[in-house]
Amino acid sequence: MNSTDTYWTAVARFLWPALVGLAAGIALAIWQGAQTAWIVAGIALLVALLVAYLAHQGRLFLAEQAAEIGDKSSAFLTPVARATLAWLPDPLMLLDQGGRVLFANTAMYNVIGVPPENKQVSMLLRTPVVLEAVSHTAATGESVAVEYITPVPVQRHYQAHTATLKVQPPVTMLLLHDLTAIKRTEQMRADFVANASHELRTPLAAVSGFIDTLKGHARDDAQARDRFLDIMSVEAGRMRRLIEDLLSLTRIELNEHVRPSGVVQIDRIVRETFAALSPLARTDNITLELCAPDGVPAVAGERDELIQLFQNLIHNAIKYGRDGGHVWVTLKPAPGAGGRGSASMLCVQVKDDGEGIPQDAVPRLTERFYRVDVKRSREKGGTGLGLAIVKHIVNRHQGRLTIESKAGEGSTFTIFLPLARAEAPADAAVT
Amino acid sequence: MTNWRASAQTRTDAMNDHTVKAFSEQLEGLSSSIAQMGGLAEAQFAAAVDAIARRDTVLAENAVGGDKRIDQLQIDIEDRAMKLLALRQPMAVDLRETLAAIKIASELERIGDLAKNIAKRAIVLNREPPMRLTASLARMGKQALAQLKQVLDAYSDRNAVAAEAVWKQDGEIDETYNSLFRELLTYMMEDPRTIGSSTHLLFIAKNIERSGDHATNIAEVVYHMVRADHLSNNRPKADTTSETSIPFESKA
Repeated sequence: MNSTDTYWTAVARFLWPALVGLAAGIALAIWQGAQTAWIVAGIALLVALLVAYLAHQGRLFLAEQAAEIGDKSSAFLTPVARATLAWLPDPLMLLDQGGRVLFANTAMYNVIGVPPENKQVSMLLRTPVVLEAVSHTAATGESVAVEYITPVPVQRHYQAHTATLKVQPPVTMLLLHDLTAIKRTEQMRADFVANASHELRTPLAAVSGFIDTLKGHARDDAQARDRFLDIMSVEAGRMRRLIEDLLSLTRIELNEHVRPSGVVQIDRIVRETFAALSPLARTDNITLELCAPDGVPAVAGERDELIQLFQNLIHNAIKYGRDGGHVWVTLKPAPGAGGRGSASMLCVQVKDDGEGIPQDAVPRLTERFYRVDVKRSREKGGTGLGLAIVKHIVNRHQGRLTIESKAGEGSTFTIFLPLARAEAPADAAVT
Repeated sequence: MTNWRASAQTRTDAMNDHTVKAFSEQLEGLSSSIAQMGGLAEAQFAAAVDAIARRDTVLAENAVGGDKRIDQLQIDIEDRAMKLLALRQPMAVDLRETLAAIKIASELERIGDLAKNIAKRAIVLNREPPMRLTASLARMGKQALAQLKQVLDAYSDRNAVAAEAVWKQDGEIDETYNSLFRELLTYMMEDPRTIGSSTHLLFIAKNIERSGDHATNIAEVVYHMVRADHLSNNRPKADTTSETSIPFESKA
């Protein structure tokens, strides 16, 4: 509701009885011509004006009360304390005894994604252990520390500390400490070893097998030697690509929970990737087409990762496209596709007219080392990690990846990326 | 004057628009309890799915026990909503909020039940040798959990657009379910020794898929609560398992 409107409608509502009274009085005076009628009109006008004035005052009184409530929420903080808390890198919230947010700093605002002003804490952080800790501290005054995990959209580990600040009235403090980076490093080490050793075993077995053969009966067979060396070089190349992909996947995953800090022009990145892959498309006899309007808004993102993302997608489209087929890359805004706290997104579509992907394989495409057709993927030199990398980059950018495919008609990979939002208010405190 | 306008805005934002302050507090308390119940359902569901992926029986047993609190909270919310209806006779958005609280509480209670069932089956599965497909199930569980989180966020933020997005995304879970369904049937045909575990996995997958449906139901309620309008009936449904059959090919 517009506050200016509210004000004038309020005035209008209380003024119309005055006008009606006046009109009635004047009408009566003209009709009767008597002096008493003029007096009646005057009295009616006065009474109506008085009512309007009182109502207006009443409104003012209510409004002042509201202003008081608003001010009370963070009035106990001195400007210095307030600025310090707002700047604190760890998410922090101050709550009143009823669990209502009095103050939240910028880091907390970033965790929640919506302005926390005056809301109940359970509307913002639903995790049961945290709510329990808050109510326990509010009731007993004891400090509590609990660890918890938020599993989606990206798994995060937090430690929550609650404590009572002994002021009048008492204030409960909730401080979060992000443990994600530490936990991830632990997990990543285990996963990397398991995945890498499994996938590297096959090419390694081939290479060492051929080495044995070359040492043995193929030692003097020049023709066989050349053929074996070719195969060995292909297998070694596969191992190299695998290791490169694994390393970049690990790097991206480690940073997946860190919001990208840069602001990038997507159309420029898409154009660059497009140009870089054009020669490849020509050799594979595929026509690349780009449709990107001018003046696309910027998105928040990491340049190198986004380049890798589009490289993987367009390269896939070329690899698995039909011979003599087309690949279309389209860039367009997608308003209203955002999640919590972000309204508009940018959408990049990579569409091919290849043979498509079986419906039951679509949901598993972004799994690590999942291949629709193992033999074909090996032939084309795929590592089974391309789309996993894409998914993790998209996750990190808080975007979305959708895959649509129809057998015989081709596949469409669509990436939604949130637009770079105007900076979160430096001081996300409640006013 | 300026001050008055500014504070009038704050007042509207803080939902204190009712003459009777207690009424606002009761409505807000209801929303807050729903959010709390949502948090419990989320945690329980996450624990159940995690228990399958990590073969963690203790976690599964905790998840089975956690259902009681959700049930208790549902009864509590229903009582309070009923009292509110009887004593305050809410209108317009207040009425929709009260009804939404009742509806969402019952959907969340169902999700809690499904999570409990998943956890029970996880305990059984952990006694059997590991199955390869548990990883896919965990992924599907995450999809459903993401839906649940998004719809509860949409409820807390009173965001109809976000609710509609959840409602549209349900097809993805259905497709994962179809894929798993076919794969599990093939497994059972290939090796009859896996029929026991596979059947449990099948039911777990179905439970996860049902939870996704409940999340979409909540999305419909949230949309109606905010917009006073209904999402159309043709929801993107992609669960085709009721029409799926896989011919048996004898290995002999």
